[in-house]
Amino acid sequence: MSGSADTQQARAPAGRPDDVKAVPVRHPGRWVSGAIVVLVGAIVVNSVATNPRFGWGTVGHYLFSSRILDGLRVTLELTVIAMAIGIVLGVALAVMRLSPNPLVKGASSFYIWFFRGTPVLVQLLFWSFIAALYPRLSFGIPFGGPELWHGSANAVITPFVAAILGLGLNEGAYMAEIVRAGIVSVDEGQTEAAQALGMTRLRTMRRIVLPQAMRVIIPPTGNETISMLKTSSLVSVIAYPELLYSAQLIYDVNYRQIPLLVVVSIWYLVLTTILSIGQYYVERRFGRGTARELPPTPLQRLRRNLAIRHAAVEPPAASEERR
Amino acid sequence: MTESMVRAEGVHKRFGRLEVLKGISLDVRAGEVMCLLGPSGSGKSTFLRCINHLEKIDAGRLYVDGELVGYRQAGDTLHELRDGDVCRKRAEIGMVFQRFNLFPHMTVLENVTEAPVGVKGVRRADAIARAEELLARVGLQDKLRNYPAQLSGGQQQRVAIARALAMDPKLMLFDEPTSALDPELVGDVLDAMRQLAADGMTMVVVTHEIGFAREAGDTLVFMDGGVVVESGNPRDVLANPRHERTRSFLSKVL
Ligand SMILES: Nc1ncnc2c1ncn2[C@@H]1O[C@H](COP(=O)(O)OP(=O)(O)OP(=O)(O)O)[C@@H](O)[C@H]1O
Ligand SMILES: [Mg+2]
Repeated sequence: MSGSADTQQARAPAGRPDDVKAVPVRHPGRWVSGAIVVLVGAIVVNSVATNPRFGWGTVGHYLFSSRILDGLRVTLELTVIAMAIGIVLGVALAVMRLSPNPLVKGASSFYIWFFRGTPVLVQLLFWSFIAALYPRLSFGIPFGGPELWHGSANAVITPFVAAILGLGLNEGAYMAEIVRAGIVSVDEGQTEAAQALGMTRLRTMRRIVLPQAMRVIIPPTGNETISMLKTSSLVSVIAYPELLYSAQLIYDVNYRQIPLLVVVSIWYLVLTTILSIGQYYVERRFGRGTARELPPTPLQRLRRNLAIRHAAVEPPAASEERR
Repeated sequence: MTESMVRAEGVHKRFGRLEVLKGISLDVRAGEVMCLLGPSGSGKSTFLRCINHLEKIDAGRLYVDGELVGYRQAGDTLHELRDGDVCRKRAEIGMVFQRFNLFPHMTVLENVTEAPVGVKGVRRADAIARAEELLARVGLQDKLRNYPAQLSGGQQQRVAIARALAMDPKLMLFDEPTSALDPELVGDVLDAMRQLAADGMTMVVVTHEIGFAREAGDTLVFMDGGVVVESGNPRDVLANPRHERTRSFLSKVL
């Protein structure tokens, strides 16, 4: 062992062999495809910028108008509330689906079957017309027992409530599948170890299984949130002024459909971009303990690159580091 | 009965049609170290899991510290214990697994303090002090803030031992604690177990480490096909096994 190390030492007395200096392979194909991409990009940008019918002036005028911003706020509210309902419902349905009780399990399966099997748009319309089905809503002991509370469906199921119910209940069915996949992905040994320590089933779920399931649950939940942000535009059909419907109300009057749809698209893009960035950090947070070292955040990567650049400027420090 | 920490009387266990335990009877005295030996599939793990009621037994009686496992006897009838009571009983028995089963999303310190704080209601500061003491005892005082994935297998298993000890168990169950370890890491874990045995802990250890069974064990039980084939002083059983099955098994592992 030590003998071979000695001979190596003798062959490379400098301790470090020469840097590799070779002529790199040329990739003409890459240049050609790159040129095509640039060309196509230029054509698209040019047509978008010079086509007067995009009405960029109008876009600029409405981008921060108060009615659009109100719509934006409503879209965010709908997304947050519907996702919150979806997640809570999803966890409950997932735990029910893993229950040993066949009735509980069946109820959960039925719910998921029903809500995944019908379009959200139809569900939204159903909720908005619920007053036709149940004109009077009441709360109390069923089958003729005393009523504790009652009201007219039209007063209770406002467009906002219909939107929240339509989006949230539908989301619950999708989240249930996501949460269930997360729960079953956790090694059974974890449950066993927790039980052996005397933890109850509920505590095991809450402290041991769900936190680990998060790693599997978070990425698709991020996608669901982004998707919900866009799906909430369907609420425009029940005349609730979220972002899209707010824009529609404006162009119904001034007939500037295209610029206003551009405004709407810009805001959706901004929001989905922000959500994607947030998703990256949340996933990173829940990756704790699974990898030996977490991947750096973009900010950390930038700092590290700057540090390397900095070190390269000062040769003594850099060579010191290498040793 | 007060003398024995674990007492099994004709314990049977079936999985569907497969009868895994076919009448296990044995006694583990307080402070005794019992090693279980036997071929794969002989029911060693299943028996350990019955002791802390991770599995329900189908026939026979199983007592831990003089109390029935999983049931309450009133006259001639047995009543199943409620979940909360089962959990309380389990908390008094420590278990160490072949694959460690540390909680990967918690640091070493959190792994050890989780159950004392969450199950026994120990004050967090007290639990931390105790965890630090236990981790120091197994040589891991400088790994408190690490996550399990950052530790070697041997270190993880020693954390698992500390985690079980943090509940102040009156009995420790070990299911092949060194089988998943590289040979050079086995020694540290066995040392921790020897230390524990020397401190007077009652232990039931499923192991293929014959050396450990010989030096640290008080009793050696050889199981095969769901029954106890023979048991006795480890030195005697290892030196002159009385049964053919024991002899042929030992010739393979020695
Ligand atoms: N949950 C279960 N369901 C069905 N069969 C099981 C279950 N657990 C164990 N068994 C079966 O019971 C038998 C005994 O298993 P056990 O794990 O107790 O053996 P063991 O002696 O620990 O073996 P090893 O040395 O391989 O760990 C095996 O045939 C196994 O397949
Ligand atoms: Mg086993």
